Amino acid sequence: MFRILKTRREQRYRTMAYPDGPAPALPSRFAGRPVIGDAVCPEGCAACIESCPTGAISILSSAEGPMLDTGRCLFCRACEEACPKEVFRFTGDHRLAAASRNDLFIGRGTPLPSAANALAAKLFRRSLKLRQVSAGGCNACEADSNVLGTLAWDMGRFGIQFVASPRHADGLLITGPVSDNMRLALEKTYAAVPSPKVVIAVGTCAVSGGPYIDHPEQHNGAASVVPVDLFIPGCPPHPLTILDGLLRFQRG
Amino acid sequence: MTSSDWLTAENGQAVPSKRLPVVPFPTLRRALIAAVSGGARISALPVWQEGGQGPLRLAAVLSRPASGVLSLMSCELPDAFPALTPECPAAHWFEREIAETWGCRPEGHPFLKPIRFSQPRRAASTKSVSSQVGQADFLHMDGGESHEVAVGPVHAGVIEPGHFRFLCHGETVYHLEISLGYQHRGVERAMTEGPSRRRIHYMETVAGDTTIGHGTAYCRLVEALSDTARPARAEAIRAIAAELERIANHIGDLGALAGDVGFLPTLSFCGRIRGDVLNLTAALCGNRFGRNLIRPGGTAFDIDAGSAVDLLSRLDLVERDVSSAVELMFDTPSVLARFEKTGTLSRETAKRIGLVGVAARACGLSCDVRQEHPYGIYRFTQVTPATWSDGDCFARAYVRWLEVKASMAFIRRQLKELPEGIVTAPVAPFRSETLAISLVEGWRGEICHVAGTDRKGNLAFYKVVDPSFHNWFGLALALRNQQISDFPLCNKSFNLSYCGHDL
Repeated sequence: MFRILKTRREQRYRTMAYPDGPAPALPSRFAGRPVIGDAVCPEGCAACIESCPTGAISILSSAEGPMLDTGRCLFCRACEEACPKEVFRFTGDHRLAAASRNDLFIGRGTPLPSAANALAAKLFRRSLKLRQVSAGGCNACEADSNVLGTLAWDMGRFGIQFVASPRHADGLLITGPVSDNMRLALEKTYAAVPSPKVVIAVGTCAVSGGPYIDHPEQHNGAASVVPVDLFIPGCPPHPLTILDGLLRFQRG
Repeated sequence: MTSSDWLTAENGQAVPSKRLPVVPFPTLRRALIAAVSGGARISALPVWQEGGQGPLRLAAVLSRPASGVLSLMSCELPDAFPALTPECPAAHWFEREIAETWGCRPEGHPFLKPIRFSQPRRAASTKSVSSQVGQADFLHMDGGESHEVAVGPVHAGVIEPGHFRFLCHGETVYHLEISLGYQHRGVERAMTEGPSRRRIHYMETVAGDTTIGHGTAYCRLVEALSDTARPARAEAIRAIAAELERIANHIGDLGALAGDVGFLPTLSFCGRIRGDVLNLTAALCGNRFGRNLIRPGGTAFDIDAGSAVDLLSRLDLVERDVSSAVELMFDTPSVLARFEKTGTLSRETAKRIGLVGVAARACGLSCDVRQEHPYGIYRFTQVTPATWSDGDCFARAYVRWLEVKASMAFIRRQLKELPEGIVTAPVAPFRSETLAISLVEGWRGEICHVAGTDRKGNLAFYKVVDPSFHNWFGLALALRNQQISDFPLCNKSFNLSYCGHDL
């Protein structure tokens, strides 16, 4: 008993001050929300499109520049490296979540999208219980969602908690591209959550299929099977990105 | 059958496909059974169809721990063949995979049912197995107080999906059926058929908690097929990242094991400390799981002198915190009472079923690719496998703790002695009609990647064997005669990958 108390004292109080205080420092090499610069694309240049593993980039016109779908992006920075004009720049901004799939497309001057949800703000502002379903997820999104329950992040402070049964939940947090072998289980789990309910797609796979997009073995993300209310891209999204998305979703 | 019929190769070596011996199936079957009973291990049994049509080819890839080499042999795979499993239990899961994927029939196989409920790969195959996920010819037990408990695919915790069926008599588990496949995403098919620029991303997500392990195995294979020499500095950075991955996962597992026996202090401490280690990986490349660090030819990022010093000082803090958290757990009698003699596997069983990694070392088997088939910087810095002989949950926990400490010492040494120079070398196109094998010791155990190229130098097949593939059956055996309530503890003590198995 004394040993436990002594160890507890050594380990200290570790819950972060965020969101009331500063956010935890992100590594200098962190790839967060991308911005599209003002440089004019050379006529006919498609270096970024060719470099992208998931087809996340399209070029609107050489004047308007490229459009990057962060819902497909793996944040691998291949476009940043390939671009001869330094049009792409991945910033250290962790805020990536959006309530609308369309708001994940980033072009020149695209503002930070809203992640707010009227239903969540009304009903789940102080208590949001989520059942996590991994449907082809690689265990990275699962791990960095789960970490929010540890004492450093302690999302219980905001009334957010992962629960063991869909019947105890206000919604689902889905990871993975939705493998065909998990489709039925996901539908049944969704049906088991009492209405009104919300669905949160975490990770690029759950948003669009990610690297597995258009594989016949999967379904290009959660929205193909259930209605999604919040999209949190990233491969995997940093825990801070997920928590930011959940808080903006919940607080309206 | 003489040993000279095997083609000998080293870990990470490319060999011309023409040199791969082709023998009749019965010859390969006899040679494989003899080699395994003589101490060799099945690392992979890849099957491919020449040119996407025509006959199936089976290659046996054996690792020989005693001599540190790999042995290869191949044959044309008949549609039906006498199963290896009755004489060589380590072939159990491999033969089920082959039957399901290629529509062949290993006759006399005692547990022939799908392992991942995937679509058959062979054109016009006669399917020998059902394809509805989770529905198979499961073992049954009849009797007055016998009953079955079915769990999953969706579990209570935040983990991947899988289906478990416990055949119980009262509280005692007589047998556990593990039915997987829910995570199947078609990775191996896409490695040859999909766009090549996605390959590294498939490999980084084949098991997302083993990004460095599978990424390294893949890159070493690419480098073998393209005759690329890696810079020494990149080898050191890859090994540092691999050991950070091992430390992070082991610390997470030690905390979760404490949680599964209701010892909350260590659960809470380790949950946080694991994050601190993931943040060290993020300091290398920006991503907590090591995404975008390992690339064919080397690494995408270097470690400068300043960040090496920073990493060393942060590692000291991690070591201080984790030592106090884990030693507290191992000094608590109520924890030991639950860990000891729970989920025991004997050394003989572990050897017979071909267990790898932490689970095997916890049974006293001294198997570790870093020592038996050393690659990269491990060829210059020896790693002594951490073993414990009890084969129970305690052994699997304690081996993890020994490895955490060894990996920290290893990283310190590498950071202080980083070789000079560049971190990436240009990669040439693949050589045509070439075969290569890459073994890496991931944090769960042996990772084996095998690939071959065709006449044009394109990938003809790509096989990934995650350590979980060898070990899931070990979990099933460890549960026999255990209380069903000990399943979470036993499961966590193996902590196997679902997606790495299901691919």
